[in-house]
Amino acid sequence: MIYKVISKKEFTGFVDALVHSNRSFGPKQVATDHRGNAVYQFQPVHSVADIAFDYSATASSAKHFFLPFREELSHFHFHGNDWEQQISYEANPVVLIGLRACDISALNILDDVLLNGHFPSPGYLARRKNSFVIGMDHLPLPDCFCKSMNHHTVTTGFNLFCSDIGDHYYLSINSSKAFNFLREFETREPNYDDNCMLVERRKLIQNGFQTDIDVTALPTILDIEFDSPVWEKWGDKCLNCGTCAMVCPSCYCYSLTESFDTNLNGASREKKLYSCNLVDFAVVAGGHNFRPKNGDRLKYRYYHQHRGFAENASQQICVGCNRCGRACLAGINPKDVINDLRMEKESCMTCVSSSPRKI
Amino acid sequence: MHDLRFVIPPQDINREDFASSVPDFNRRSEIMRTDFGYKCMVSNIVRLTEQEKLFQLRIIDPVERALFRFKPGQFLMLEVPGYGDVPISISSSSSNHEFLELCIRKVGHVTSALFSIKEGARVAIRGPFGSAFPMDEMAGHNILLIAGGLGIAPLRAPLYWLNEHRDRFLDVHLLYGAKEPSQLLFTWQFDEWKMINHINLHTIVERADPQWLGKKGMITDLFNDITIATATTYAIVCGPPVMFKIVCSWLDRLGIPMNRMFVSLERRMHCGMGKCCRCMVGSTFTCIDGPVFDYWSVMNLKEAI
Repeated sequence: MIYKVISKKEFTGFVDALVHSNRSFGPKQVATDHRGNAVYQFQPVHSVADIAFDYSATASSAKHFFLPFREELSHFHFHGNDWEQQISYEANPVVLIGLRACDISALNILDDVLLNGHFPSPGYLARRKNSFVIGMDHLPLPDCFCKSMNHHTVTTGFNLFCSDIGDHYYLSINSSKAFNFLREFETREPNYDDNCMLVERRKLIQNGFQTDIDVTALPTILDIEFDSPVWEKWGDKCLNCGTCAMVCPSCYCYSLTESFDTNLNGASREKKLYSCNLVDFAVVAGGHNFRPKNGDRLKYRYYHQHRGFAENASQQICVGCNRCGRACLAGINPKDVINDLRMEKESCMTCVSSSPRKI
Repeated sequence: MHDLRFVIPPQDINREDFASSVPDFNRRSEIMRTDFGYKCMVSNIVRLTEQEKLFQLRIIDPVERALFRFKPGQFLMLEVPGYGDVPISISSSSSNHEFLELCIRKVGHVTSALFSIKEGARVAIRGPFGSAFPMDEMAGHNILLIAGGLGIAPLRAPLYWLNEHRDRFLDVHLLYGAKEPSQLLFTWQFDEWKMINHINLHTIVERADPQWLGKKGMITDLFNDITIATATTYAIVCGPPVMFKIVCSWLDRLGIPMNRMFVSLERRMHCGMGKCCRCMVGSTFTCIDGPVFDYWSVMNLKEAI
């Protein structure tokens, strides 16, 4: 990694040059919610003025540039009894500006699943390789808990990462592309003051977290609490809408559907992102549902994110952005659910310890 | 100002330098196996019962056909273009390189479409996927196969293996239960299994008709008929979800070690490659780590059986 410092004005020029002739996406305010807070989304941007560099967090994550909601995997052209199958792995280059550290961490987790597994996914790889990712750090929101998940900093998976140090950006350059583009702009080597400012900035972020989830031994606790009434309690609130998986930056479950073209000469196989909270997620042909109750499905979501994935990939799938908590219509958020589970254990501890820890 | 437009053509996608490990998925065989699938001709259809048919598939390309290999217990994704794909376990011999046999019950959208096709039609298969029964590890032991209903379909591949390598195994028992006598599958092979391959076949049905001369009851009623040396026995269980719990706990009580009991699980699948997460059981995928699990893994996995 190479470090440079660029003034904010020069950086604006750099982004402008980048945005000018490339398909670019950056955070934009699209609406305000019922509390009057701004709602941001990654939207197409055409000039640097469009980009809200001081945004808080986007409602949807950046995964949809790599895993679209809906994507045609292959197309069949029928000729009599036979057919021809077309699969394209092409991806248009895209510039993503202003991703948060947790968004980039989520992409790294997706890389782990979709590229390093038994069966790498060529479509995802094409998109991932044809992207130019500029990350930006930010001060944590009141409900972010990425520090608990250890995703408040990121060291890989981006081309360029900007840390705000007053009137300059401290750049972490992680690819030759970014390095070459920056040659055209005025940058300087970081000096002692810049380094101090970066450390200060990191500390400010580190100490800014107001929400904390204790994930110590969470896989074990999830195992022990598998039949806990906590799941039923939260499951009863769940509306099975699947919003949590849609906004999650690292959820990747999907469903395949095939449909004939209207002229019946062809058919297409489509991949649609799915959610494990939808009722028919685990229904097999014949009608047997392996997870019939709301609580079962909610439990499965937490179980996969914090237990199953942790076992297979030695990290938890959750990055702690709390998008699911913000988006949930029923007010379910990971902090409350996990704390509830832990409380369950700690109430058992009361018999041995006279002063149970307050949560 | 330089032109900042960077275009990386898809064939050149390995160029980017931050993603450290680039998989070599570009091998044609790999994509054939996972994305395109092998085109097959349905060479024969045998109607087994009202609900089940046995489809014989022959991979059209001779090279692909010769290179296609699977192990007993693995499954493949059978694709009917325009309708979708379904996971089906292979129920023919793994040494048969001419054709594959799939025993399919008409339950859903794709299988209904399959039931309307005629011999000579074309379908595609992707795979094989999943884990297999450790047949080599089982050699030199007694084998106990327990099948309920359609559970005989995935057990037919290991049965073929046992028959082909019969001298490597000691006693082989097959307990097979079904709802009605007419629901028993592969009845034409029973004599061959019994007489030629010396497999102790015990069948039982829940509801007998007047012609039925065999036993009547649940599959658990067969347990008293057989004596097995638990120390040297491997067991394979396959059947409907309710069967696993009863049968496995009985085998456990008998004293068969947990790592010598194998089950073949069924889950909803959309990809077969560990990507869609639909077949997740506890912390593992049925398509990659399964469908064959030993009982110890099953005990460890929550909600597996």
